[in-house]
Amino acid sequence: MDRTQLLLGLAFALFSLGFVGVMIRRNALVMLMFMELMLNGVILSLVTFAERSATLSGAVLVFPVFVVAAAEIAIAIPIVLLVARRRRTLDVGAWSELKG
Amino acid sequence: MAESAALNLVLWLPALGMAWLLLTRNGSDRGVRWSSLGLMLLQLALTAWLYLRFDGSMPGLQFETRVPWIADWNVNYHVGLDGLNVLLVALTAFLGPLVIAGAWTAVDKQVRLFHAMVFVIQFAMTGTFLAQDLFLFYVFWEAMLIPMFLIIGIWGGERRIYATLKFVLYTAFGSILMLAAVIYLVWSQAQATGEFSFDFADLGRHPLPLGVQTWLLAAFALSFAIKVPMVPLHTWLPDAHVEAPTAGSVILAGVLLKMGTYGFMKLGFPLFPDATRAFLPALWVLSVVSIVYGACLALVQPDIKKVIAYSSISHLGYVMLGLVSLDLLGIQGAIVQMVSHGLVAGGLFTMVGMIYERCHSREIAAYGGLAKLLPVYSVFFAILTLASIGLPTTSGFTGEFMALLGAFNAAWPVHEARASLLLVLAVLAVTGVVLGALYMLWLAQRLLFGETRAPHQPLKDLDARERAIMLAFVVAIFALGLFPRGPLAKTELAALDYQQRVLASRLPGDAP
Amino acid sequence: MNLLTLIVLLPLAGFLLNGLFGARLGKGFVSVVGCGLPVLAFLAAVRAFGELDGAAGLALVATAYTWAVVGDFSFDISFYLDRLSALMTLIVTGVGSLIHIYSTGYMKDDASYARYFAYLNLFLFFMLLLVLGRSLLVCFVGWEGVGLASYLLIGFWFEDPAKAAAGKKAFITNRVGDAGFLLGMFLLYHALGTLDFDAVNAAFQGPVAPAVSASLVGVLLFIGATGKSAQIPLHVWLPDAMAGPTPVSALIHAATMVTAGVYLVARLNGLYLVAPEASQLIAVVGVATAFFAATIAVVQTDIKKVLAYSTISQLGFMFLALGVGAYGVAVFHVYTHAFFKACLFLGAGSVIHALGGEQDIRRMGGLAKRIPVTFVAFAVATAAIAGLPPLAGFFSKDEILWYAFASERGGSALLWAVASVTALLTAFYMFRLLMLTFLTPSRMDEHTEHHVHESPLSMNGVLAVLAVLSAIGGFFHVHLFLEPVMPLPETAHALEHLELPLIILAVVVGLAGLAAAVYVYRGGLDRAERLERRFPGLHRLLSGRYYVDELYEAVLGRPLHWVSDRVFLKLGDRRLIDGSLHGLASLAQRAAGRLSSVETGQLQQYLWLALMGIVAMLAWMWRYG
Repeated sequence: MDRTQLLLGLAFALFSLGFVGVMIRRNALVMLMFMELMLNGVILSLVTFAERSATLSGAVLVFPVFVVAAAEIAIAIPIVLLVARRRRTLDVGAWSELKG
Repeated sequence: MAESAALNLVLWLPALGMAWLLLTRNGSDRGVRWSSLGLMLLQLALTAWLYLRFDGSMPGLQFETRVPWIADWNVNYHVGLDGLNVLLVALTAFLGPLVIAGAWTAVDKQVRLFHAMVFVIQFAMTGTFLAQDLFLFYVFWEAMLIPMFLIIGIWGGERRIYATLKFVLYTAFGSILMLAAVIYLVWSQAQATGEFSFDFADLGRHPLPLGVQTWLLAAFALSFAIKVPMVPLHTWLPDAHVEAPTAGSVILAGVLLKMGTYGFMKLGFPLFPDATRAFLPALWVLSVVSIVYGACLALVQPDIKKVIAYSSISHLGYVMLGLVSLDLLGIQGAIVQMVSHGLVAGGLFTMVGMIYERCHSREIAAYGGLAKLLPVYSVFFAILTLASIGLPTTSGFTGEFMALLGAFNAAWPVHEARASLLLVLAVLAVTGVVLGALYMLWLAQRLLFGETRAPHQPLKDLDARERAIMLAFVVAIFALGLFPRGPLAKTELAALDYQQRVLASRLPGDAP
Repeated sequence: MNLLTLIVLLPLAGFLLNGLFGARLGKGFVSVVGCGLPVLAFLAAVRAFGELDGAAGLALVATAYTWAVVGDFSFDISFYLDRLSALMTLIVTGVGSLIHIYSTGYMKDDASYARYFAYLNLFLFFMLLLVLGRSLLVCFVGWEGVGLASYLLIGFWFEDPAKAAAGKKAFITNRVGDAGFLLGMFLLYHALGTLDFDAVNAAFQGPVAPAVSASLVGVLLFIGATGKSAQIPLHVWLPDAMAGPTPVSALIHAATMVTAGVYLVARLNGLYLVAPEASQLIAVVGVATAFFAATIAVVQTDIKKVLAYSTISQLGFMFLALGVGAYGVAVFHVYTHAFFKACLFLGAGSVIHALGGEQDIRRMGGLAKRIPVTFVAFAVATAAIAGLPPLAGFFSKDEILWYAFASERGGSALLWAVASVTALLTAFYMFRLLMLTFLTPSRMDEHTEHHVHESPLSMNGVLAVLAVLSAIGGFFHVHLFLEPVMPLPETAHALEHLELPLIILAVVVGLAGLAAAVYVYRGGLDRAERLERRFPGLHRLLSGRYYVDELYEAVLGRPLHWVSDRVFLKLGDRRLIDGSLHGLASLAQRAAGRLSSVETGQLQQYLWLALMGIVAMLAWMWRYG
């Protein structure tokens, strides 16, 4: 197993961990944290491919992704907190108005 | 030249009226009513002029307009008058002002919207009759649904939502199937001829295999049969009539139902003659069942409007019988019966509206002895009852007599060739005249004679506006009853054409 | 405008004038217009009659206008005057005018005077269309039209629901007959391509037989005739029709409308001559009806009902004559019957008028001296109907009996025997009526007795005229007058020697009926009541009119209503059709409900599903991509 495969394996592991975590955990803030983990896995794979192909585009993409992740968190956490204040719980299972 | 312009004007005047009503804000209800009436009268005047100019001895379309619309599919704005639609267009224009005048005092909320909707329906109905292009026909056919939905849903009675949903969904269901059939039909014609066309004249040219015809006819027939309505697809009509406001009922019974029979006459049977021939016995059975079943049901209704609704089903059974008889007398009778029923049922519903405005009840049990309380009303009601029964000198007789005679003419030779089903059906249809007298006279008896009984007495008899409306109906009924020669002369060539096209069918068992 | 069209339109003008303006212009105007126009029509008819004889016996034809043209066939509104229709027109306008004049007295105090005369004129218009029409179509227009007029006039006092219901019954029963008429008409049109009477007769008398069975057409048209002329089984409306004003009963239900069926068959004699089965049926139905109605008349207690059943019975005689091929004789009886029956009805009207509304003969009596004019007229007419010579009824009834016996076209001893028994009954119940009403000691209550007064001249004058006509009318031998148009049948040579004995026998029968009536009713009702007690079952059957109405209600009326309500409405429309519709709708709703249960609103479940979807897509792409 060479370096690239190892790194991609790590990225995939990070991503799946994040995904599984989002699926399993019911606390909204924890879900957001796991989503960050997913993003990190994606970023790692981006950098790995960038190194492999000796171009800069993958590496450059990392910065927009970081910014977007940050912006996303900056907006998501206040929304979650507002909804949580309404519901008095952070449990995602309780937020099911869109059912039926 | 001037005539085709006039024809377009006749079609588009109501649309313009609707636009004007919806776009302008100020103006009193009174202004809305008078201007709507004026517009309808103008349309009537133009239609009358066109009717007189229509030449019954020339075959084919008159006063045509053909303008490309959607060029990629060869869809054209193609309208014209021929023998099949001239009487129906005249009927529609004749009923227009009567509907507006009839609703004068009955509609007091959202008057502007109401009149706009009446205009849209007028536009859609006239367009359906005038369209000579299948795409255009379908558009107008569908266009009638929305305003009817609103008219029943907003100004209707207690169960109006149920009634209007039933009406729209039922009709729309048929229309969807018809759309599929339209698309297939045009596509298959395009395969055969190499070019697209939606025009009626082109669609009939290349015969389709019997199996295909059967499916297409079934799809079209479903949609038309729902509209007529034919048993067993009729249950939307009584509910729609009962819950609709008077104007809605008059439009519905007066013209809308004729769209179904017109569809059969113009499209359904001539385009698929082989399938029509193959299913002729079934069509006969359905027509006669409509006549008898409708009449029997009319006998046991407690609501005046339901009696007239079921009587409509029965009367239109005669129309269908005349059409499937494929006898010239029967076909002409069917056309006359279409117009006659429009006048008679329209008049009866108008009268129901008048009594409802006074007494707020449609229950037969609530009334009695109206001949004493409202003598003028009763005279008109009695005349309309007699017309419904088909008394000679009224238009009802003309239509029924010719349709039955035509049916008989068709059934007797078949009987002599040892297949008596049609004859049995024809005889059953004749017994329909007894049932017709039974339920109408029973209705008249309960309402007009005996002890006097009515809510909210003392009652005022008909005022000048109401008398004028009823006089118009009655004069038209007697005119068509005593002097049908003129109208028949205008429709004869088209009726013959219809007959030829269906009789030109070829079935597997025919001799070569 | 030609003469025939004028005759028809004059009463129509009367209808329109009185109908639209009568109420406003007062009784004088209504009377003048209402009576004047029929009289003018009568005069025009006389003039036309004169022209007819001048035209070498050929018929006068006049076309008013063309109603419709379909293909090669033209439906014209044409009129046809030959000896038969001329005679009928004279009867209709003549007796009609007399009854109009009588009505000015009888209906003097009625609030709806104008409406009455309007309807009466309308009736006359349609009746003239019927008898003058050249084609079955015009005849049918008149046929239905007189049904309408009858409906309006029977239910004239419509505030009484029973009277209004009687009108409706008449119309519906007629309509049933009309269905038969229509079918016969259709058959004729199909086979011959024409509906003109003269053409139809010629076709059936011609060398080539038409493609349709004459008997079938004959039976169908006869069904129509049974409706209009109240023969079995469509006779049930006529007794109920007595609910209308008495002059109406006289005009419509005695002299004219009910004879329309007889006219129709007589008019189409060319067809019936070659339709032996149909003719046989007509004869049998006719004589059976005559007998059946006479038995009911014997026990009726309402003066008008006796006359109603008597009319049904006499119409039966007319059909008997038609059935054995003696068409002219049947019309002869129409003619004499118009006189004496109208006289009887108008006399009854006089009695009812004199007694202030009493119609039950058990509460009459002793009127002979109190209202002598009415009594004499009534007595003359009674003798006429009983067939006593030399009054009118004797001549016509006798011819009928003779042809029933001896005609080569279906005459038989059996027909004659039944008819003779019926004649005996006729004499009996008519003299019973005369006795109980006029000659027995009074059974009137006090109030009525004081009220008794003689009728005004308008009524008495007409009665006198009709009585005279009932007396001498028979000397004009209508059947011989009509021979050029409808030849009389051959009579069996072997039987000809019996003609005179049979005449004598008929007179004896009439006198026997008279004697029996006098015997039973001489002192009043006592003897009759004792007879009733001895035969209770029979009396019940006859009083119940053989329960025919109840039979119809049970076999037709109630089942129709039951089927329409239970089967068609509740089962068919509501449960089956609407049920399946609602079922479809609820099916759609339930399916949608189930499907939407996927949408739980749970975020994580959505993620799971998304994962599944992606996995499936990748797997698919790997497999097939």
